[in-house]
Amino acid sequence: MARSQVRQPQKPPIDAWGAGRLGLIFSLLFRYGPPRWSQYVRKHWAGKRLVIGVPFLWLLMFFAVPFVIVLKLSFSEVRLAMPPYAPLIERVSEMAYAVNVNLGNYAFLLSDPLYASSYIYSVKVAAIATFFCLLVGYPMAYAIARSAPTMRSVWLMLIILPFWTSFLLRVYAWVGLLKTDGLINQALGVLGLGPYTMMYTDFAVYIGIVYSYLPFMILPLYSNLEKHDLTLLEASADLGAGPIKSFLRITLPLSFPGIIAGSLLVFIPSVGEYVIPSLLGRSDQLMIGRVLSDEFFANRDWPVASAVSIAMLLLLVVPIVLFQRYQNRELAGARR
Amino acid sequence: MTERQGNGPVDRTNEYVRIEHVTKRFGDFVAVDNVTLSIFKGEIFCLLGGSGCGKTTLLRMLAGFEAPTSGRIFIDGQDMADTLPYERPVNMMFQSYALFPHMTVEGNVAFGLEQEKLPRKEIAQRVAEMLDTVKLGELARRKPHQLSGGQRQRVALARALVKKPKLLLLDEPLGALDKKLREATQFELINLQEKLGVTFVVVTHDQEEAMTLASRIGVMDRGEIVQVGTPTEIYEYPNSKFVADFIGSVNMFEGRMIEDEPNYVRIQTPDLPCTIYVDHGISAAPGATVWAAIRPEKIDIEREEPAGRDNRARGVVRDIAYMGDMSIYLVKIDGGKMVRVTLPNSVRQLSERISWDEPVWLTWDASSPVILTQ
Amino acid sequence: MKSQSWFRRLALFFGFAFLYVPILSMIVFSFNNSRLVTVWDADDSPTLKWYRQLLENEQILGAAWLSIKVAAVTATGAVILGTLAGLVLARFGPFRGRTLLSGMTTAPLVMPEVITGLSLLLLFVFLEQLIGWPQGRGFSTIVIAHVTFAMAYVTVVVQSRLATFDDSLEEAALDLGARPAKVFFRITLPLILPAILSGWLLAFTLSWDDLVISQFVAGPGSTTLPMVVFSKVRLGVSPDINALATIMVTIVGLGVLLSAIWMRRQERRLALEMQMAKADK
Repeated sequence: MARSQVRQPQKPPIDAWGAGRLGLIFSLLFRYGPPRWSQYVRKHWAGKRLVIGVPFLWLLMFFAVPFVIVLKLSFSEVRLAMPPYAPLIERVSEMAYAVNVNLGNYAFLLSDPLYASSYIYSVKVAAIATFFCLLVGYPMAYAIARSAPTMRSVWLMLIILPFWTSFLLRVYAWVGLLKTDGLINQALGVLGLGPYTMMYTDFAVYIGIVYSYLPFMILPLYSNLEKHDLTLLEASADLGAGPIKSFLRITLPLSFPGIIAGSLLVFIPSVGEYVIPSLLGRSDQLMIGRVLSDEFFANRDWPVASAVSIAMLLLLVVPIVLFQRYQNRELAGARR
Repeated sequence: MTERQGNGPVDRTNEYVRIEHVTKRFGDFVAVDNVTLSIFKGEIFCLLGGSGCGKTTLLRMLAGFEAPTSGRIFIDGQDMADTLPYERPVNMMFQSYALFPHMTVEGNVAFGLEQEKLPRKEIAQRVAEMLDTVKLGELARRKPHQLSGGQRQRVALARALVKKPKLLLLDEPLGALDKKLREATQFELINLQEKLGVTFVVVTHDQEEAMTLASRIGVMDRGEIVQVGTPTEIYEYPNSKFVADFIGSVNMFEGRMIEDEPNYVRIQTPDLPCTIYVDHGISAAPGATVWAAIRPEKIDIEREEPAGRDNRARGVVRDIAYMGDMSIYLVKIDGGKMVRVTLPNSVRQLSERISWDEPVWLTWDASSPVILTQ
Repeated sequence: MKSQSWFRRLALFFGFAFLYVPILSMIVFSFNNSRLVTVWDADDSPTLKWYRQLLENEQILGAAWLSIKVAAVTATGAVILGTLAGLVLARFGPFRGRTLLSGMTTAPLVMPEVITGLSLLLLFVFLEQLIGWPQGRGFSTIVIAHVTFAMAYVTVVVQSRLATFDDSLEEAALDLGARPAKVFFRITLPLILPAILSGWLLAFTLSWDDLVISQFVAGPGSTTLPMVVFSKVRLGVSPDINALATIMVTIVGLGVLLSAIWMRRQERRLALEMQMAKADK
């Protein structure tokens, strides 16, 4: 691992603005450098420990520990008390402790078809919505990546702009559009079509997810497509392949990493989505985010809600690990 | 006792930097391999080598940015083992200059002094003096992006020198400059060094730069120091084919020693019909394979057949590169080898000069070839 | 390739139409006199009555004010913690727990919010039992929750900025005698300030906009704006919400536009100065 002897030429501060401007997902795809300071601070270990310690302890306390609590709670019984669950270890008398481990919550999950169907439904909806998001996002990312370099940051800014306005309000906007007497049906009515029932359907949820998560799909795709070597396409044309063939055989395969990154970024949070199905989705078939919320607030069954969470996490572990691994590979491979 | 060879005085009694059996490993890769080296006070020492040879790693170990995997480094008698970069009496001029973009020229130069907690008046005075020395007095308030490449380099230099370090490390100092500027800066650097008396260690891959700047050169290859010496020593007395080939150009003849006497040696080579006669003895096993290295400027071109049996070859001029002050001739000798010869254009008349496709004789002095055994 | 540009233009046109038509329709109908948000009452529109109603709505104003406070505190806290975490991950060598820290800072990016919200509420309840704090849930619990998930985003922004940062600048500072802390505050921080600022804005927006986590960890008396909007919107469309949306979009739009103009001007000035410098020797 010989390190390059030539130092990178100094970049003007414009770069910082560039990274700040294009938002977090874009910056996710930058290269990460190797750590260097450890040897310099070996003498100042106290300071180093402080710097590491503060965020570490915070996250440990407010991110990791809560999960442990959720896990523990998923093994408890529900009680008519405040808080509404039995503690794991309870003092029964002077010398006796009772350990209340209840696997019943998980048994309940498995037995009641509501949960299994909700999980499957959530995954299905998330997957289909991710696919549509890809269909909408890919052409846009491609168009921006192939447009004039000066215009690219403008387009990207216009993509990110809605992201800075309220997520909730943007989903709300679709309520007005998708209603039976809403704008879309009105427009279709002019053409003599419809009216179609679009609210409170799977279709509405798809639109909601695609609309809200589009930037998360476009940015990784753009980042990948922008790096493509266009001379490859010229070579392909030179060898006799038409534009469509060139796209299918060259551009598309090369953009797989971007497709995967964007898809994971959309799919994983969509599975647990709450707002979009609440405002636009069906009431006869709930997504798992709503189920969890109902269990918790409506039924006051905290242990079951916890069990639902753990099960959801287990479901998502594979995609999350995939995402982390993909990210690490990007970082390692991209480093000079 | 000082001797002046090359550039700058070399006080060989005052060993200032000692690098003792230093090795640096990155995982399995050995960047610096058991290097032992002494650098003397007040000299300009050049580490010369191609990319990947370990010279920059060695420099960074002197600066403190890397710690040796094994071995020790002494600066002015002190072991630098646990000393961090900001504690060392060493300053570095980076290849990219590394000027702080958000500070003015003044701010950049003053930065190092501010870390020493000197009174503000003294800092201002020393900064002003140093800027005058590097002729940047008028640009003190500018920011780095408002300066040209040459100006930035002088800021980097001023910033490092204003702290009066014991040792100044320069990483490819002239690499980013164009040719004219490079020549001018080379001499400026030497003058500056003489004036301030600071010990310089320069890392470069450019042999011209090394030859001009250095009082001594250390040639590196694959992590090892292959030869240390003044520019003259390196050029005229290389100790290996690698060094002979690396510095300047050279004609290499591979052959066998057929006569080995204390005061002369005769070498037979398939490249030449005659033998090479060298007027000094060398230590090598009889019958061993040796290489005779002859520099292009040591070879003479003649139209008439020269006297004597050895140290000559007949050939035809195949190519001429006209450089203005001299010309490089590529001569194909009998046997097929291409020999490179340089001649000053001491005669103005074009008709008098050797021309293409002319049959010529090459000849050289018995003291000219350097015999190499490795 | 002519067909290429035709395809490109169509893709961009439909794509941006898809993105912006809903927003534009919301804005337009905020001026509609009729309560039916989708039928344009031509006689009495356009009107500002919904804006007036909005500005008289104590509940919404109170919630908005709370959200602003929460967002500002969150953003500041997230920036401090996120910058530290980003610095550690980008610059420090391997240490025990590094993978854990790295995982904990990226997990919130993809974790479904219901899970994060639930887990934090449970933590607060548990803590209250154990040590008596927090007493009920309110401002502080919301802020803690928001900081926890917002700092993940700031970490990513800072980490990536530090990666493209020329570290020979830091080495030069060390070489000139500055200790690591000094180097950070005098060299690194000023130069990554733009990234930190954008991180602050990002954290602010995330906190301001958050619904799910707030629902879990808020208490009686601490209702954020998204919570109020959500409960209204669940029941159907409501034009004063359109008015709210218009106000927000306008503010954001102006902000982005102004910052883009300002940055363009900076870039141009910088480029000009560099050109002039090349001219001297």
